[in-house]
Amino acid sequence: MGPKAIDAGRHPNIELLTYSEVEEVSGYVGNFVATIRKKARYVDHTLCNACEECVKVCPVSKPDEYQMGLSSRRAIYIPFPQAVPCSYILNMDDCLGNNPIACGKCADVCEKKAINYDDEDELVVREVGAVIVAIGLDVYDPTEMDEYGYTRHANVITSMEFERLICAGGPTAGHFVRPSDHERPKRIGFIQCVGSRNPKIGRPYCSNICCMNTIKDTLLLADHYPDTENFVFYQDIRAFGKSFEDMFQRSKETGTRYIRGLPGDVEEDPETGNLVVTVENTTQRGGNGRSGLERYELDMLVLSVGVIPPKDLAKISGMLTLSKTSDGFFMESHPKLKPVDAPTRGVFFAGFCESPKDIKDSVCQAGAASSRAGALLNAGQIQIEAITSRIDEIECKKCGLCAKICPYGAITWQKGEVATVIEAACAGCGSCGATCQFGAITMRHFTDDQLLAQVRAILARKPEDKVFVFACNWCSYAGGDMAGISRIKYSASNRVVRTMCSARVSEDMVLEAFRCGAPVVLVSGCHYADCHYINANRQTVVRVQRLWDKLEKAGVRPERLQLEWISAAEGQKFAKVMNQMEELRKTVTIKEIEHGREALKPKPKKAAKKKEAAATAG
Amino acid sequence: MVSQPPIEELRIGVFVCDCGLNIAGAVDCGAVTEYAETLPDVACAVRNKYTCADPGQNEIKDAIHKHRLNRVVVASCTPRQHEPTFRQCVREADLNPYLMEMANIREHCSWVHPNDREAATDKAMDLVASAVARARFLQPQEELTVPVSKRALVIGGGVAGIEAAIELADAGHKVTLVEKEASIGGIMAQLDKTYPTMDCSI
Repeated sequence: MGPKAIDAGRHPNIELLTYSEVEEVSGYVGNFVATIRKKARYVDHTLCNACEECVKVCPVSKPDEYQMGLSSRRAIYIPFPQAVPCSYILNMDDCLGNNPIACGKCADVCEKKAINYDDEDELVVREVGAVIVAIGLDVYDPTEMDEYGYTRHANVITSMEFERLICAGGPTAGHFVRPSDHERPKRIGFIQCVGSRNPKIGRPYCSNICCMNTIKDTLLLADHYPDTENFVFYQDIRAFGKSFEDMFQRSKETGTRYIRGLPGDVEEDPETGNLVVTVENTTQRGGNGRSGLERYELDMLVLSVGVIPPKDLAKISGMLTLSKTSDGFFMESHPKLKPVDAPTRGVFFAGFCESPKDIKDSVCQAGAASSRAGALLNAGQIQIEAITSRIDEIECKKCGLCAKICPYGAITWQKGEVATVIEAACAGCGSCGATCQFGAITMRHFTDDQLLAQVRAILARKPEDKVFVFACNWCSYAGGDMAGISRIKYSASNRVVRTMCSARVSEDMVLEAFRCGAPVVLVSGCHYADCHYINANRQTVVRVQRLWDKLEKAGVRPERLQLEWISAAEGQKFAKVMNQMEELRKTVTIKEIEHGREALKPKPKKAAKKKEAAATAG
Repeated sequence: MVSQPPIEELRIGVFVCDCGLNIAGAVDCGAVTEYAETLPDVACAVRNKYTCADPGQNEIKDAIHKHRLNRVVVASCTPRQHEPTFRQCVREADLNPYLMEMANIREHCSWVHPNDREAATDKAMDLVASAVARARFLQPQEELTVPVSKRALVIGGGVAGIEAAIELADAGHKVTLVEKEASIGGIMAQLDKTYPTMDCSI
């Protein structure tokens, strides 16, 4: 990767912002505005000539993150020799120089005067047409799987620590030794699937890379130290890619033993620091027909740790209104046909954050993502779906409520003025249309007339047999699609009407469904914090709560109105909810339905009454 | 209280897709088509084997001209998949794309109710009735055209982000590559050798 990193660092078309984080992204496809925080480095990399004098005088010693804490670094340091940019950084949390009187040694010795303790974070804003999300992964921390004794036994290490210990650039300069006595281990065990394929710890998925990584490790050991004995404890070896099976066979040829079974626990011999594992070898049959229990004494044990979604995923997800699948990684627009597109138009995925994958697949996906983004940038212009709101200037009562609840700030309003919509900024959730009490807002392509017509049409025949469902396009309706694609069967009583956002569903639409004889009405949307329209579904909650009150006052059982959050990935939940709704429907009597029809009839408005009276009088 | 559809004479065409046996296997598509004919303002109802295939789309286009259709309902799969297809199809027959509506009788019906033909058919009829009712109120819409900012943002400077940034940059686009750590390289930079070859990670 070195050459690629260097290319990225010096490419005239690439602005490289390291030690920086995206704080906010607003806008929409073709017109995103990103605010990026460039954190203070306290070392001016344009002046720093990497002479290393500062490191020599820095008195602070901290665990070196790059070396997985197996060695230490100073408060001023370069992350690793091939870093891009190749520049020092001063970690102010570690530095004593926060108060220069306390130290200040590095600044004293820096001839280039590159060190500035008063450096500050800087916010930069970039207008971008497309966004590629490539935020990677986190490595599973095996502390919670205490049976393997990672925190208790010195010679139990993770596969990431293994990488550093065998690397020429590592803390031991590539001399592979074990932590307890710095002796070279001769018998090395690997436990696979640590943090993967384990529903008990909430990690049911395969991390994709660990089998091959271990196979590679055994080959490295066989190459560097032919006298080591390697033992791999596994449940399945997944060597499915190009050249993978060949590597697996080579590993076996070097003498590495593959034992099908994961150890139940690991014990340490306190005298030698050796580790004893007992494992049920499921490929061996004992005399009684059972699998054979085997015991291994090892000098070192490597936990082949899985990978988990990066901790920044939720933050980025919120910024770009993305969703995740049940394993916690980002959800793509379509699992087969749009594998790099995010559900948010103009956003694309590359690498691990979409799903566990190896380097080759990450590079392939990055190419695909850049191709998709490039097509968008090349187009020069883009058409926005005509699902935006319009305000009728005559009907508008100038209350400003729509402007207050618009998640995009797309409605401008001043006291005493008619509200206006900035069409390019309107994302089309329709919450304003459902909020306006005066019928002044038309949500194009999802008008009140259109949606009410659907309610009436669906409930025209045998309404008592039906569960009426409003589902948002991005999550709940898509969850229904996922149930379909996955062929998950459920009760056929439901009838779904799609809106772009659950916030589009007005009180009147729900009441109309009851008036038309619906026994049960379900409003469903994206999970509360994952609304595709930032936070529009907060209004959904407000409306449903108000409706529950209304139903109660009208003597209608509030349970007949249900609210559920179903994500696009949750086909199973969609099916489950539909079955639950059917059970609920069975409890609703014809008498209740008839009562609801009458009790929820709209009351004639005062103005209309007056008009009527005037007409009669006239 | 009930709103009236626009005053122009409405002529709705309904196209019911078998999707091979994907839909027809669980839903009586013939019965759904016959039912569609009885719905208000429906000028023609047609059953197709595959509506999204060229012959199916051509049937829609021909019917638009032949029956002077001004609204189209396609009862097939999820609009999340084929809405662009059918919008383009009606556009080619000089109909505003927003005058096309879909009824999802596959993902939301045939695929999830495969063992109850009667219930699935009844549901499909309701979904078609819903789409027709909505179609009666559809209005032509014009899409807003907006310019695209000539820069891409890549979040994350691991191997995927680096590769994506370089590819875009090589294609002549301006790229801002944002990495939260002090150096790009990501987790890959911490690896020693990488499979399936045994070369260094950096």
